[in-house]
Amino acid sequence: MKIYDVAIIGAGITGTAIARELSKYKLKTLLIDKEVDIAFGGATKANTGIIHAGYDDPPGSNRAKYCPKGNSLWPKLAKELEIPFKQTSSFVVVFNEEDVKELENLLERGRKNGVPRLEIIHDKKRLAQMEPHLSPRAVAALWAPTAGIISPYEAAIALAENARENGVEIFLETRVERVKVENGEVKGVETSRGFIPAKVVVNAAGLYADEISRTAGVDYFTIHPRKGEYHIYDKRLGHLARRPLFPTPTPISKGIVVTPTVEGNLLIGPNARDISDKEDTSTTREGLDEVMRGAAKLIPGIEKYRRLIIRNFAGLRAEPSTRDFIVEAYDDPRGFINVAGIRSPGLTSAPAIAQAVAEMIAEKELLKLQKKEKFNPYRKAIPRVVEMPPSEANKLIKEKPEYGHIICRCEHVSEGEVIEAIRRGAKTIDGIKFRTRAGMGRCQGGFCTYYVLKILARELGVPEEKVTKRGKGSELFPYKIKELVRRDENAS
Amino acid sequence: MQADVAVIGAGAAGLAAAVAAKKAGAEEVLIIDREEKLGGILPQCIHTGFGLQYFQENLTGPEYALKFIEEARRLGVKSLTNTMVLRLRPGEITAANSQQGIFTVKARAIVFAAGARERPIGAIGVPGTRPAGIYTAGLAQKLMDNYGLLPGREIVVLGSGDVGLIMARRFAMEGAKVKAVVEIMPYPGGLARNVVQCLEDWGIPLLLSHTVTKIHGKNRVEAVTIAKVDDKLRPIPGTERKISCDALVLSVGLIPEIELLEEAGAQLDPHTGGPIVDENMETSLRGVFAAGNAVCIFDSVDNVSITGETAGKAAALHVQQKLQRPAKPIRIAPGRNVRYVVPQLVSGSRSVKIYVRVSKPLRNAAIMLGDKTVRRAPRLTPPEMVTLTLSKTVLEGLEGEVKLNVEGEEG
Ligand SMILES: Cc1cc2nc3c(=O)[nH]c(=O)nc-3n(C[C@H](O)[C@H](O)[C@H](O)COP(=O)(O)OP(=O)(O)OC[C@H]3O[C@@H](n4cnc5c(N)ncnc54)[C@H](O)[C@@H]3O)c2cc1C
Ligand SMILES: Cc1cc2nc3c(=O)[nH]c(=O)nc-3n(C[C@H](O)[C@H](O)[C@H](O)COP(=O)(O)OP(=O)(O)OC[C@H]3O[C@@H](n4cnc5c(N)ncnc54)[C@H](O)[C@@H]3O)c2cc1C
Repeated sequence: MKIYDVAIIGAGITGTAIARELSKYKLKTLLIDKEVDIAFGGATKANTGIIHAGYDDPPGSNRAKYCPKGNSLWPKLAKELEIPFKQTSSFVVVFNEEDVKELENLLERGRKNGVPRLEIIHDKKRLAQMEPHLSPRAVAALWAPTAGIISPYEAAIALAENARENGVEIFLETRVERVKVENGEVKGVETSRGFIPAKVVVNAAGLYADEISRTAGVDYFTIHPRKGEYHIYDKRLGHLARRPLFPTPTPISKGIVVTPTVEGNLLIGPNARDISDKEDTSTTREGLDEVMRGAAKLIPGIEKYRRLIIRNFAGLRAEPSTRDFIVEAYDDPRGFINVAGIRSPGLTSAPAIAQAVAEMIAEKELLKLQKKEKFNPYRKAIPRVVEMPPSEANKLIKEKPEYGHIICRCEHVSEGEVIEAIRRGAKTIDGIKFRTRAGMGRCQGGFCTYYVLKILARELGVPEEKVTKRGKGSELFPYKIKELVRRDENAS
Repeated sequence: MQADVAVIGAGAAGLAAAVAAKKAGAEEVLIIDREEKLGGILPQCIHTGFGLQYFQENLTGPEYALKFIEEARRLGVKSLTNTMVLRLRPGEITAANSQQGIFTVKARAIVFAAGARERPIGAIGVPGTRPAGIYTAGLAQKLMDNYGLLPGREIVVLGSGDVGLIMARRFAMEGAKVKAVVEIMPYPGGLARNVVQCLEDWGIPLLLSHTVTKIHGKNRVEAVTIAKVDDKLRPIPGTERKISCDALVLSVGLIPEIELLEEAGAQLDPHTGGPIVDENMETSLRGVFAAGNAVCIFDSVDNVSITGETAGKAAALHVQQKLQRPAKPIRIAPGRNVRYVVPQLVSGSRSVKIYVRVSKPLRNAAIMLGDKTVRRAPRLTPPEMVTLTLSKTVLEGLEGEVKLNVEGEEG
């Protein structure tokens, strides 16, 4: 049986960033997730997508340590992996003079955390120039030039693809049941597909990291879900914000943000509600209304554009009882590393946390880290035919005619892009959506679902009724008409 | 590529436009559609109810389309399918397909007949989860027709427009149980004959003044919560009830597909959601005409074809520099109890057919243009579009903006 050097549990942004970091070394690394695709199971597919500057985390905490560092790593990483990313900067906005003090506190905290180039803009005119739709009641803002926006699921997918290119194996639809420990040492993981031996186990299981950790005998923390809900708007409203606009942070969250997404939509949210069910990603009337009220403070009049909302969703933050990221290699059991409680700003911090994990493996001498000579840091994005210069696009279409067949009316995705996404591992309608954006536009799949379903069935060699939205149990059109009629005849 | 008249969209409107353009003397007529076959939404409407006015025959959607497709072939209209139009400017279209790549068509006139798309769930903001099992009616229809696949066994339909009603019957016919058709308004959204033929005849309950307030289910829809709404259309607390089902089919309205026109700078009408057109169906962009559901949502295909004909003919005349444009157009604006009027601009120099949608059900109604009564009707309802011919005498002496009002008793 193959013995892995490292088994990483969880293919969210944290797990994929660690996998990619470790793929620089001569190691046999395995990335495991219970879901059918990368980033399907947790916070990575449902968050605000902001690369935070790092000014609001308590100095001295892990969050304060990894967030600014992660922020500084993303621009290069995004370029190497062709991840949609923009360094837009961000604002924290206050609406009365007394609150300017809060901005000063944040600025001070940011300095302590090593956040560069922070500035308070205490000038209504300049604010209005920089953000024409911002409430005229805004008196000042903390400007963080290093903040940005990213496509979080595409980031995780890109990291996973590049890790695989560099030799990491990926097991999906594989649930880790427990970590096997013998004589104080990690031996591997028991999974829904049997035992997988590994010398080091990295626990990046998001909301379930506490449960996994407990099976390894490390049980000093728990994780509970904190829900955040969103409205996402048609691209027509993308211009209402040029950068993430925050209110002043509350004790439990950064507050309800108005932000452009890197693809050009407008996103508002999240609120913060503590809940108990780790699977409850439903939105609620109250929550969605709360988000709308919050956003209207920043952009007055936004509540008039309800018709341009194209989707609502909710994400669950993995809130640790310790209130800080847990990034820790243990002596007992040796070989076990927790990367748990990766709440916000976990997306921003992922590349820095990944480096820290590699360092811990080296420091604790869990494994020998030898750099690969042939590490390939680059990953190419799926070609977007309508965004190419026409001559290039036509060259591609000549070679591969399927790139000329546009199957998504909103985002103008071609059949070639869908086929390429499948070649790279998409097996479901959502997998295609996250990789190509087909289905994410204003018609929400009304037009393209038919084509995507057809292409998936053909390329995967399965009947149409077996095609799923996001894995077993979510078959899109599960019944053949004749079968239904027959079932009725038998019944009568 | 080049064409005298290029038509975007090969539905009922586009096909009629292409045929009319040819007949009016345009030489090269090209019709472009992004779907695999010609006909727009018609090929998937396998029920009858098409062409009652236009052909005085009760045809199915595919039969209706075929009549136009055959005529277009006979007249030598060229067509491109599986071809997406990406950009439109007066005189030029950019499109993409597998054979030609990304290419331009120089066209002396353009008819925009891109139809409408269905309003998605996001736009109505139902809280809850987003599992598999939520479909727009058109998508469900297409999957049934092409693959014989049903969206669920126990279905709730939200929206009682014609599309919702017809789909409810179709599900029932194919062996699924339709638990309810839920409608937020106090009256059905579709034609009265469809309420009888599609729901009553099949024993499907229609719940008026109700809406879906929550969707349940993790991977697949398991239930929806519905509630009664008050006269401001807000759910009334305490009236919630959960209906178990495995699919929610949405038929909550169509939106004219006007992005390409909008990007090209055409003036739009907030009441229709489509472009402002004159009696030639010409938009504010010279040489760009529009027809069918891309202009406003029609309930009967016959009127769609008629607007297509008008647009196609005018496009051909424009190419031949023979088109008469209204010199000082009269603007007909929706007034009391009127949701919209199409065309918005008329010349006054000839009689003209207009389409009116009222905003609520009215009894003993009088349709008034300015202070002139142009028609009386015992009852008018929003689902039933009113077709009116305004004679030259009625239009005589009018100028600038004139309000079209409908007076009557509510109910
Ligand atoms: C509402 C919201 C807004 C946020 N906004 C931001 C932001 O703007 N900027 C920012 O930097 N951060 C933000 N965050 C935080 C960020 O999204 C998370 O920190 C980050 O996505 C966590 O990634 P992860 O990989 O640790 O966890 P996840 O993405 O949850 O991934 C965990 C993975 O583990 C898998 N898994 C779990 N149990 C098992 C098992 N037993 N076996 C196998 N696999 C298992 C799951 O399927 C899942 O794929 C936000 C979070 C939320 C919820
Ligand atoms: C379920 C249902 C039942 C109906 N029942 C009846 C009935 O019983 N009786 C009746 O009279 N009427 C009925 N109607 C109404 C009637 O069918 C429609 O009003 C009419 O067919 C609309 O025609 P259209 O040409 O405007 O639009 P469509 O048929 O929608 O055609 C538009 C075409 O444009 C194409 N297109 C759009 N954008 C682009 C682009 N960028 N590039 C290339 N191509 C593009 C689309 O693919 C589409 O094929 C029904 C409609 C529906 C949906």
